Amino acid sequence: MKIAITASGNHPEATLDQRFARCAWFVIYDDATQSTEFIANPNLNAVEGAGPAAVQFLASLQVQKIVSGEFGAKIKPLLDNLKIQMVVMKQPETTVAGILNLLQNQN
Amino acid sequence: MSPRPKRLRRMSKPPVIAGLKPYGITDGMPHNQTIFLHFEEYEAIRLCDVEQMNHADAALEMGISRPTLTRIYASARGKIGQALVLGQTLIIEGGKVYFDSHWFTCAGCGCYFNHAHDEPHPERCALCGSRHISPFQYENPQN
Repeated sequence: MKIAITASGNHPEATLDQRFARCAWFVIYDDATQSTEFIANPNLNAVEGAGPAAVQFLASLQVQKIVSGEFGAKIKPLLDNLKIQMVVMKQPETTVAGILNLLQNQN
Repeated sequence: MSPRPKRLRRMSKPPVIAGLKPYGITDGMPHNQTIFLHFEEYEAIRLCDVEQMNHADAALEMGISRPTLTRIYASARGKIGQALVLGQTLIIEGGKVYFDSHWFTCAGCGCYFNHAHDEPHPERCALCGSRHISPFQYENPQN
């Protein structure tokens, strides 16, 4: 399963970006291969429609779970339709490495 | 003065069809008119007629008042009746709704995560895998 994490920078010590669609980087973690990949958000500076564009972008990567700080009002129905799970982390100091650690030690 | 804005109605999941079409027209007249059933009307029909809830419970489920639900329900019945009797196409579209799924909170890592309505209850946190999860209680603004 592929999991997307919103990050404020492109290194593991970067903090979780609290905004979903306008985060700086997406971290794509694949738990089958344990690989992580940093992808710059293509819609960072979009004037409007960043949310649906980000959903489309992540759906095209077959992401099934998204970890972020906050999701906009337009995002929820889209993700529900695509059966993508949302995980909300309300602690701004959490790092990408911390999230990956939690995901890897699941059980 | 503009009217008071409508409260958003909560829906559990989108309908499985986009609408209904008549078939086998008997009087030979084409019935091209369409009638638009709003999402909230669809949800009212689903809760009251399919789930057999009473109006008060259905209103709670949708996050609106009981009289509002009764009005939505009456309008839905009117539209469905009209489509059936006049042989009109019914399209489920529009309305002031938001979709909702079950939300859970985890005591292990402090995150919140959602879970689709039609799937079995989760046992573990979606993030840390901890078993210490509980359904997230949100307050219904009506009560």
